Amino acid sequence: MKEYKIIEVKRSVFADNDADAARLREELKEEGTFLLNLMSSPGAGKTTLLKRTIALLKDELNIGVMEADIDSEVDAQAIAAEGVRAIQIHTGGMCHLDADMTRQGLKEFGTQDLDLVVLENVGNLVCPAEFDTGSTKNAMILSVPEGDDKPLKYPLMFTVCDVVLINKCDTLGVFDDFDKDAVKERIRKLNPNAEVFYVSAKTGEGFDGWIEWLRGQIQAYRQ
Amino acid sequence: MHELGVVFHVIRTVEEVARENALTEIRSVTLELGEVSAVIDTYLENCWKWAVANRTEIMKEAELIIEKLPAVTYCGDCRKTYETVAYGKICPYCGSGHTWLLQGNEFTIKEIEGC
Repeated sequence: MKEYKIIEVKRSVFADNDADAARLREELKEEGTFLLNLMSSPGAGKTTLLKRTIALLKDELNIGVMEADIDSEVDAQAIAAEGVRAIQIHTGGMCHLDADMTRQGLKEFGTQDLDLVVLENVGNLVCPAEFDTGSTKNAMILSVPEGDDKPLKYPLMFTVCDVVLINKCDTLGVFDDFDKDAVKERIRKLNPNAEVFYVSAKTGEGFDGWIEWLRGQIQAYRQ
Repeated sequence: MHELGVVFHVIRTVEEVARENALTEIRSVTLELGEVSAVIDTYLENCWKWAVANRTEIMKEAELIIEKLPAVTYCGDCRKTYETVAYGKICPYCGSGHTWLLQGNEFTIKEIEGC
């Protein structure tokens, strides 16, 4: 007869990840690497926006990109074509990255010589918001065709973001029911500290404000 | 939404605790799950069955026991508490939105049973 015993664990799954993320944030701070966690739904324009951002900053910063995807190398190849280092992490079917997976990816990548690492998270507005990756700042992209009601439907995502980029604003003429003021107000209600920029990764419209914000954040971080 | 991911996380933790306590067989794992933890218990059970059978050695037949915790919100203006699921962020007593969750988003490994 086996003797089973009960062992009290009392460990929160989310709290474990939060603690791990906080440790990773400190490690990165010591190393001086700024980790930007970029989130959005699939097709909002993460890779295109990233390519334009890299083109504008690569002369002044050493940039690396970690692409998290369920499968494929498509995004990493597109980014590497911009002349910066890129690595693809396969999440093996998982819908988000947690702090432990991020740390493993960074370790494999080697980040000592990098000023800015962008983590392109899995395209999804739910799960990535629940798991702190250990990033320095969180950014999300909402594209105009997705509609102005996204903050109402995915409140947590907008709550955890430091900056919201409303992309594809060149299509506002087509999607003319997209209410620019209403979406800003919805974001402000959820997260009064979030910066909001209207941009078009295709035409470059609005990139001045976004690049200036990112540059300022990185400078403040390294001081 | 991310039931499989959290199941892997739970398995890692349980395996760690088992090593620390020199357990070689896990019979059950008890989780405390808040009503608004964004984890759906039926999905969780399906993911659990698959993951323990295919991705573990010491807990292939471990039972998952889920204890649900109700979600309760506190109103900072009228200082009453109410059921989160029924009323959301707006206090049903005074209409204030100045409210916060007291409990209900837990996802905790409470205990494990093994030998």
